[in-house]
Amino acid sequence: MIPGGRARRALLWLAVHATAVAIGVMFLAPLAFMLLTAVMTDRQALSGELWPRGWHLANFAEVFGGDMVRWTVNSTVYAGLSTLFMLVSSVPVAYALARFRFRGRGPALVVVISAMMLPPQVTMVPLYIVWARLGLTGTLWPLIVPQLFGDAFSIFLLRQFLVTIPREYADAARVDGCGELRTMLRVILPMAKPALAAVALFQFFYCWNDYFRPLVYADPDHWTLAIGVATFRAAHHVEWNLTMAATLLTILPVLVVFFLAQRVFIQGVTLTGVKG
Amino acid sequence: MASLSARLPLPGARGGTAAARARRRRRLRILAFLSPWLAGFGLFFVYPLAATVYFSFTRYNLFTLEYVGLDNYAYLLHDRDAWTAMRNTLWLVAVLVPLRVLFGLGAAQLLTRIKRGAGVLRSVLYLPYLVPPVSATVAFVFLLNPGTGPLPALSARLGIPLPDFFNDAAWAKPGLTLLGLWAVGDVMIIMLAALLNVPASLYEAAAIDGAGAWARFRHITLPTVSPVLAFSAVTGVIETLQYFTQPMVAGKVASGRADLPGVQYSPGYPDGSTLTFPQWLYDQGFRQFNMGYACVLALVMFATAMAFTVFLLRRFRAFAGEEAR
Repeated sequence: MIPGGRARRALLWLAVHATAVAIGVMFLAPLAFMLLTAVMTDRQALSGELWPRGWHLANFAEVFGGDMVRWTVNSTVYAGLSTLFMLVSSVPVAYALARFRFRGRGPALVVVISAMMLPPQVTMVPLYIVWARLGLTGTLWPLIVPQLFGDAFSIFLLRQFLVTIPREYADAARVDGCGELRTMLRVILPMAKPALAAVALFQFFYCWNDYFRPLVYADPDHWTLAIGVATFRAAHHVEWNLTMAATLLTILPVLVVFFLAQRVFIQGVTLTGVKG
Repeated sequence: MASLSARLPLPGARGGTAAARARRRRRLRILAFLSPWLAGFGLFFVYPLAATVYFSFTRYNLFTLEYVGLDNYAYLLHDRDAWTAMRNTLWLVAVLVPLRVLFGLGAAQLLTRIKRGAGVLRSVLYLPYLVPPVSATVAFVFLLNPGTGPLPALSARLGIPLPDFFNDAAWAKPGLTLLGLWAVGDVMIIMLAALLNVPASLYEAAAIDGAGAWARFRHITLPTVSPVLAFSAVTGVIETLQYFTQPMVAGKVASGRADLPGVQYSPGYPDGSTLTFPQWLYDQGFRQFNMGYACVLALVMFATAMAFTVFLLRRFRAFAGEEAR
């Protein structure tokens, strides 16, 4: 042992923890400042003062009227239906890729991963033309309907989870006379609940946060929260307090769900990137 | 399943023809399971990709279509904005991606060193990643806005003036980089999981051999996490090629313009400094309705993304994880 090792270790402990606290504060500061600004009067929000003089909670009520309600409904419809459609279509595909052996399975997986990496902008022009011919541009349907045809990211993530379930379970179900569909629904999927919850959450938040596709397709009646909030400041000129209140209102549901389902979320993220 | 059905006689199995029937049934079943994706693959991948190639040789505005050969491709060579967009994207790939990977690794390493409060800190670092990108961008433009934003006010009090991030062409991309670093939670979590996979016995053995902290990091940590580093670097590049929401919203909010009736916003504020390739594609295709030219831009994006995807697929075996348990 080096002499003075203990002092050095104590110093290291202090440095590590000081850095941790500093980084933690830096990461929370933007959220804290947003909250403080959201409860200021509009005059004060422009003054560069940091601490609110009085808590104007009425700002939230003012923001959450009119358009904001419609945007929230649109976002919920878009994200909710997309998630439902994605689960119905992607689960059997992931199941097949994970549990059946067939020729072309390898290439199929490679194609799924390539599709996952494909920027949505690449195929956007022809798809827009199709939806325009169908007379559905301006609505949310061009965003929701494609989910009935499987989502590459969800298929990949679910498949990664399903291959880890031992084959013996399915074999046992087979011996008991279960068909393949029953085996999937009754035996395998209940075991895959955390993975299902993770992909559902990812899909929901992906749509909740999506800005590009609603921007291309939706008319102002079908605007989602993401578009509404991006436009908020232009409509409310310099009212930063209201802008921050609106912004916080879009974050809130995400944070609530995250704290309720933290474990599922983090499991899902690591499942995509780790394994090796 | 396949092996089992080969061994166990299926109900009603009677010799060769029945086996053939069973095989056909099995094939149909697999097709049925795969059918949503097979249909989707054709409708939302093969068809649009082929159509993109076709439209790239035309001038098309949804109403009139005219075959123009390679005109759109020739125009790309002279399109100043497309080159600006490419330069900006390269800047972000060169600066934002490495910074995110390094910071993510550093934060994860820090987390492994902490015993009490690690769970809280992990949540705090992950939280910003969950904030909807539009909301995060709106907030950052305000927070860093000189004169009214709290952060410049705070730093001015400390005697360190901040630049005018989202209104100064030289500082708009660094501003977006700060935003990207704030939302580093995804990278951090992946790195943390990789670091926790390193067996502690390796470190103990190295410590007994007298390896210093740097040597241990260099020879034990780095080799074990390098596949994850490569994975997040390549996915980071692919995400940066699609970088749309943050620069678009930052430009809109900072300039005070938006797609309201009667107000038009051209992406790239200030001075084209935040113009990225997908924004230019969006502008050409869905605002100017130069569908043909937008398809050329789409094909450039496709080629670049594919190149990186192929690189990533070489590592596919590593993270595909056949029968892990």
